Amino acid sequence: MILTQEQQDMLDGKYGEGTAIAMKIQVAIGESFDAKRMVPITRAHVALSNQEADLWFAEKLLNAGAKCRVAPTVNPGFCHSYFTERDMVAPEFADLMQRTHDAYKGLGAVLSYNCTPYIDTNVPQYGEVIAFSESSATPYVNSVWGARSNREGANSALCAAITGFVPEYGLLFDENRHGDILVEVQADMKTDYDYHILGMLGKKIGNGIPVFTGLPKHISKEAHRNLGAQLNTSGAYAMYHILGVTPEAPTLEVAFGGKEPKRKVVITNEDMEAILKEISLEGNREIDFAMFGCPHFTLEEVRFIAERVEGKKLKKEMWILTSSHVKEMAVRMGLDEIISEAGGQIVPDTCPDQPCWRHLNGKIGITESPKCAYYPQRRGIHFVIRDLETCINAALTGEVK
Amino acid sequence: MEKRVFKCHKISEGVAEAEVLISKDDIMFYLIDPETGTVIEPAHDLEGKSMAQKILVFPSGKGSSVVQADGLYQLMQKGNAPKAMIIQHPETVLVSSAIIMEIPMVDKVDPEFYEVVKSGDRVRVDADNGVVEIL
Repeated sequence: MILTQEQQDMLDGKYGEGTAIAMKIQVAIGESFDAKRMVPITRAHVALSNQEADLWFAEKLLNAGAKCRVAPTVNPGFCHSYFTERDMVAPEFADLMQRTHDAYKGLGAVLSYNCTPYIDTNVPQYGEVIAFSESSATPYVNSVWGARSNREGANSALCAAITGFVPEYGLLFDENRHGDILVEVQADMKTDYDYHILGMLGKKIGNGIPVFTGLPKHISKEAHRNLGAQLNTSGAYAMYHILGVTPEAPTLEVAFGGKEPKRKVVITNEDMEAILKEISLEGNREIDFAMFGCPHFTLEEVRFIAERVEGKKLKKEMWILTSSHVKEMAVRMGLDEIISEAGGQIVPDTCPDQPCWRHLNGKIGITESPKCAYYPQRRGIHFVIRDLETCINAALTGEVK
Repeated sequence: MEKRVFKCHKISEGVAEAEVLISKDDIMFYLIDPETGTVIEPAHDLEGKSMAQKILVFPSGKGSSVVQADGLYQLMQKGNAPKAMIIQHPETVLVSSAIIMEIPMVDKVDPEFYEVVKSGDRVRVDADNGVVEIL
């Protein structure tokens, strides 16, 4: 790679050791992908996780004097005040979250604690070159907004935020943004939940950039969010196209860059049912709790739930994870009160894969999000996966068919 | 005489020599028991097998960067991480995890390697010089 004088100075330590470490890592990444140069970014999103590797890396950079030139938004850990006030988290983990907060604050990050920056907290323009990590974020900013970001890791995105540059490779180039897999969706796609399930078919879709056909003309932001989140749970996808919907796919010709797809895949209702069976616990049982908001639920989804639980009493715990913005709006609009009257809780700034959920260890939850069901397995928490209405009913009745 | 030395392309620097473990499925390091390096992911090609101290040969990574980095970190803390990785489809999350955790990683290995190598073979990966050798 050919570096500018400024970039070379960063690598040589003229801007401090922290910046030098970040630049060294980025140069190694760039050389892996045969990048010729580095280019500036205008936005970044760091998928901090409040887990050991993440904190180790953030503190390493902070202690070496690093500061973010481009202030990134960040993913949620858990809401320190909420969980410590209710004594739901062990002191050592409360400390971990405090350390995470302090490290990212010290680095100069925007402490948004929200995994859906592409919806409200950090929205890019078409063509903007950015460094976005977080499973649901990279596909969304590329596919829906037409911005340009490689599938950054939380760690590489943090390096980019510190140096203000990324190596120029991959999705920063027009020719790499074309689709190469034609995915004909014959399955019925009626709700946002159906996009969760479609996204879990990464193994069948295979490696590459899918171009989906057969989908409805109007697809909600929640559906796009769900699709991206699960594509990156069942595989590794930085971009997709939806014919006639996403900005770089007005026609198949444009979506495929004039080339033939290297693979064609058909998705049927049977595929959707089969993958659900593989990832979900069996139904026909009592459940202990419901959890929504992986990725963070929108205000519309909070309202959807409020409408269905108003005046009723939930039999089981219901946790709704949102950004602090959505929580605040829900409070102002009276939705939060409706939900808490029913026995549910809207919790801001929090992720399901966190140690604040220790009381759920060994319990059975219900969720509409396969990602919510997937990672917490390691914490001994298992889920039945069903569409949102069924989940809400399960929380009301205590069981799922 | 079978070819034993193959060209490759460096992703993460370093040299390592160990027994090979081959996976047909993409790997996500989180659903692995750090105490033993054993894959606990249901229905995975390596389910029940340990990657500790092995040269891991696999197509690509999957899952979020959070889990890839933390999974590898936990394995390293316990001394059960793979000693090197040989992959087919580099993607940034996997690549940056290997670079930051300082585990040698290569890709673009001469396709003949995949016809010859078997799990259990002893292999030397020299990322710095772009060479993979079956010993």
